[in-house]
This record gives sequence, C-alpha cells and structure tokens, in this order.
Amino acid sequence: LPLCLSLGKDRIIFVTKEDHEAPSNAELIEDDPNDPYEDHGLILPNGDINWNCPCLGGMASGPCGQQFKDAFSCFHYSKEEVKGSDCVENFRSMQECMQKYPELYPQEDDNDSAPSGGADNAPTASTSTDSLPTSSPDSTPAATENPAAS
Amino acid sequence: MLNFNGYKLSWSVLGWLFPLSLKFIHFSCLYKPHCPLFSRPYILFNSMFFSFLSVVVLCDCCNANAAVSEPAPAAEPVESTAAHSDVPEHAPYLLIGGGTASFAAARSIRARDPGARVLIVTEESELPYMRPPLSKELWFSDDPKATETLSFKQWNGKERSIYFQPPSFYVSPTDLAKVENGGVAVLTGRKVVHMDVRENKVKLSDGAEISYEKCLIATGGVPRNLQVIDRAGEEVMKRTTLFRKIEDFRSLEKISREVKSITIIGGGFLGSELACALGRRCKSKHSVIQMFPEKGNMGKVLPEYLSNWTTEKVRKEGVNIIMDAVVKNVSYKNDKLEIKLKDGRLIETDHVVAAVGLEPSVELAKSAGLEVDSDFGGYRVNAELQARSNIWVAGDAACFYDIKLGRRRVEHHDHAVVSGRLAGENMTGASKPYWHQSMFWSDLGPDVGYEAIGIVDSSLPTVGVFAKATAKDTPKAATEQSGTGIRSESETEAVAVTLKAETTAPPPPVQQKEDYGKGVVFYLRDNVVVGIVLWNVFNRMPIARKIIKDGEQHADLNEVAKLFNIHED
Repeated sequence: LPLCLSLGKDRIIFVTKEDHEAPSNAELIEDDPNDPYEDHGLILPNGDINWNCPCLGGMASGPCGQQFKDAFSCFHYSKEEVKGSDCVENFRSMQECMQKYPELYPQEDDNDSAPSGGADNAPTASTSTDSLPTSSPDSTPAATENPAAS
Repeated sequence: MLNFNGYKLSWSVLGWLFPLSLKFIHFSCLYKPHCPLFSRPYILFNSMFFSFLSVVVLCDCCNANAAVSEPAPAAEPVESTAAHSDVPEHAPYLLIGGGTASFAAARSIRARDPGARVLIVTEESELPYMRPPLSKELWFSDDPKATETLSFKQWNGKERSIYFQPPSFYVSPTDLAKVENGGVAVLTGRKVVHMDVRENKVKLSDGAEISYEKCLIATGGVPRNLQVIDRAGEEVMKRTTLFRKIEDFRSLEKISREVKSITIIGGGFLGSELACALGRRCKSKHSVIQMFPEKGNMGKVLPEYLSNWTTEKVRKEGVNIIMDAVVKNVSYKNDKLEIKLKDGRLIETDHVVAAVGLEPSVELAKSAGLEVDSDFGGYRVNAELQARSNIWVAGDAACFYDIKLGRRRVEHHDHAVVSGRLAGENMTGASKPYWHQSMFWSDLGPDVGYEAIGIVDSSLPTVGVFAKATAKDTPKAATEQSGTGIRSESETEAVAVTLKAETTAPPPPVQQKEDYGKGVVFYLRDNVVVGIVLWNVFNRMPIARKIIKDGEQHADLNEVAKLFNIHED
C-alpha cells in the first residue's frame, strides 16, 4: 500500500511500481478536435497549413519566408502523381533565396547529418499523413538526463 | 513513446536516385530544454530536382515546439543605430522591447501576415536573445570563449547561440519600408518614452517619432534592488550586481574569476541558479554564499519538504546557505562589503548579487493612459492580451486574464514565448484568448531538475506522489542503480515519523534522507489542481497541461498521479 504522510497542509504519498500498476481511474475530459483555441500542429483541421506552427521554426518568418510558403503551399496542394513536380519554379526561387543567407539556412550534406533511417532507408512512395519514415535517435541521451549536467 | 503528430510528405522516387543532391536545411526554434525530441527536424531538399522532400517533426511535449540544433553563429555586436535619420517614420507593426516575447510576436506576425513589416525598438544594444542560459548553460560551458560568443551546448549536445537569430535574419530599419517581402527590423539602443494612443504614435528618447498601426508592449522589467543597498552608497553599489542582461552575465563572470567571495541575496529561481553555477565553478577556490529570508531554496515555490531537500542539494554544489536571513544593512569596510542581518549575524564578502525579484516596466502607462494592475504589477490586459484597440502587451510586463487560472502575471521564458506568439496572432486578427498553458523549469545541480506548469505557490495545499523502492530492492542496489538514496520500507516509516516532527527543527544530517528522487506534486485551490511540478520526471508536460486545462476536482490524486508513470524513465 502507498505510504502516506501529512506535513501540515502538504500531503506526501510514496508509491512503489506495484502500487501504480493498476490503470488509473482518474477521469479526463475528452478533447474537442475542433477547439478553435487550441494550438494545432502543422496542418489545421480544415487542411490548411499552420504557418505559425512552432515546428517550422523561423522558416515562414525569415527573409525567405515568402518563398518558403509559396513552395510548401504549392507542394501541399499539389495533386500531381509525383507530388510537387508542378512546383519547380517555387522551389527554385526558395533555393535561390536561401543560398543568399547561408547563416540562416545552413545546408549540410546528408552524410554529415542524416538521422539514422533517413536518407539511407529504402524509399517508400506513400502519401499517408501518419507515421514518419525516420527517427531512431542518432545521439540521444535518456529522456531523464538532466540537461544541466555537462 | 513520443506521440508524433507529424506530416509526412511523399518521397519522390526520382529524388532518391540522386541522393547526393539531398541537402538538409536545419532550422531553429525558440529554445526549449528538456524537449525529448529524438529526431532533429529538418527540411530535406533535393536541389537537383527541386522536389521538396520534407519531414517536419512535431514534439508533443510542448504541443509542437521542436528543439533543434543549428551551428551557432557568432553574433557580432550590433552598434546602436545612432542617427535620427535611420528611424522609420512608420511601422505597421511596432514592438516595444526586444526580448523573448517581442521576438516571438515578430515571428508570429511574419508567419501569419505575408510581407509584414515589423519594427522592434529596444533599449538594449543587443539583438533579441533568450535569458535562461545566462544563469544556467553559459556557466557550465567548457568553451573558454563562451562568454564572448554566448554559445552553449543544448541537452542533445548541439551548440546553440543565445541570440534567436543572427544579424543576417533582420532587415535594417531604413530598408524596412522598401524591402519586397517585408521583414523584421531592430532599432537598438533606443527607448520609447511616450505613447500617444489617440494619434497611434510613439516618441523615442532622442525625439524621433514613429507611427504605428498595431503595437505590442513587451518591455519586460528591471531587477529589483534591496532598499538597504540602494541607500548604501557608491562603494557598495559598485560591488553589487543586479542580474538580467548579457552585460550583467559578462560582468559577473569576470568578477567570479577575480574575487574570493560572492554573496547572493535571494532564494528563488535566479538566486538559486546563480548560486549553483557559481558554487560549481568556484568550489575549491572561492566562497559562495546564498542568503534569503525563507527557510529553504525555492521556499515560495516548493512545499517545505521539497524546499529543504533542494537546499541540501544546493549545499552540495558548494554553496554556503544562510536561511532566515533578513538583510538590515550593507556597508563598505576595508575593501570588503559587510552585510548585517536583522538577527545580528555579520557576513563579510567581496561582491553581492541581488536576485530579489523583477519590477515590471510600466513607464508608458501614464502617457498612453493604460491601466496598471495593483495586485500583480504590469499592464492590465484582457484574456486576449489586449490593453486597448491596437495595443497588446506580452511577457513579464503583462498582467493578463487566464480563463482557467484567473488574473496573473508570469515571469518565465516559456510564457514570454507563448504570450508573445499569442499577441502576434491577435495582432494579425486571431482573437484568441490565453489558452495554451506555458511551463517553466529549473535545474539546480545534477540531482534536481524539474518542470512545472500553472500556479506553483507553496502557500497552497499540495499533494506530492513520489516513487519509492519496492521491498525487494536493497537500498544499496537501488542507490547504485538509480543514484538516489531510496531506503527500505521500515526505515522509511521510521524516517516518516521523524519528518512529522521536523517541520521546525533542522533535519539531523544523515538520518533525514527520505528521498524525493522522482515524483509529481499537485497544487490545489478549492480542490482543483491549479499547478503541477514534475520532479525529476520529464517528457510528461502534455498530461500535466491537460489536467490543469480540465480543471476538475479529482477525488484521489494518487489515481491522477498514475497517469504520469513516474516509475518509468
């Protein structure tokens, strides 16, 4: 059983792994997927691109922001069989712009920086929007590692 | 496992035939440590076929904030744009203040309003930068040049500058009106001294005027000082640091190499972080003292037992802690400072750092006719961060209405990011209230790392749920394995009894070691969880955020604690 203490207004409960084995009966309210106040990911519920997604970093706001938006939009809405093949001009513009600001848009070759499972993997031509092809960590500390420890 | 809400674009088959033409373009976010991002977000770009292969990764822990790596650009010092003539006469988006909230707003505006022209006006001579590393990472850097370059190592080992963007990101103020796709310009070394809300214009310290369409006030604040130091004369002031800006960091860093003893006054986040940083750095050579009126470090934030535990850890970092310390007088004697406490104790030291809070900067309230909050300080704004039509306030200076938690003012980095972003959204027509709850964090030495969210006030009743070793584990094995000092059950109960009696007396040195290695602490107001501290458990912020958002009364908080899986890494 959990060990409980009371220090005035503060309660402390010590629990073992076994104490926490049974699933929680705490009730959480179901989220509304169309909540207008919630932050959304990269793609909004209506299918539009969320340019303000923190995941894009400064891409949509920097000096090449407009070019990036045009290229990415074109790609996103492209219905071509090879998606984005109708967007060459946009990409070219974007590339040209980014090359003017190498400090802001540093371009590394894939050998240096590919996360494992990235460029090395066999290609899968797929247009699904769920799981990602990459992503085993390349140099990752355990999640609990304290960032202050150097 | 992370919950990826990612967007995968199709892999162009053609592109794969020419892998050498693939380039990775990395980009940066507004720094968030403890982000469990295992993949670095990047844009995979095939320069040969211009086909855009992109994998953009979202990290669920902060609802799509992604921590990234970028080679740290050495930021060149920016000369204060001195001449009157380089001040634009008009800025569609005028942001007063050049800190985190302002930068987050600028980014948000630019993302949502194509071609937006944003002018940041800042008193500082620096481009926008983030503050947390000034009292944390920059002190731990192995790089002797860190003080100069202001680059630090993130948790994932990658270097990062404290500047949000290098100088090349910004447009010059003179070009702002003309540049084709708009941009963000920063006018440094200039203070806005007057605001005319009827005419929608501001006046700078040098007399220049700028008219605006939408304005953000993100003026932050200035460190408070102790009255006794303020009145103590020049020799004392010369040996006192009020810590907030880059120049304060550089100055203190230099001083830490020169003097024998430094005393930090203040037991909150900043004071404790600086104490640990200095303690670690100066361990054998110098004396680092930290003094505060409370009974333990973070006494206003953590419940007493946790505050005591933290204080022990800070001591281990080499800090000499003096609690129940109220400073009565500081004087300069024989080339040293003498601090006299109310209870008569005398402390001699070479240098003082006062970390006793922040005074929000509300100087424009008078001329602008804006309301200042008498309870929390700062400009009073509504749930959408608006003070008046066309005027918003974000960051440390904003006293806002939080629909879930009530009116408050928050002085944390993530809040500056979240509120700055929200202000930017609302300045571009969004009309959204403060909804996404910001978080904060602190690291004090290798054993104490926590993240927190909501109202984390130690005067509230709390319920803490901590991981305990099973009867099977030996204390030694548990210690060796986890690095914590978890005791067996019987000992725990014996210690528990001791704990009850210990609320007033200082803990006996060896016995008291009930270990709060990992756990979660709930802060309650009218039986509703309004704040949560994740104690040495990471990557659980989304569930904490959810519990606060729900605002429900839970009968058994141990059941709620189960949702955090505290026994797992």
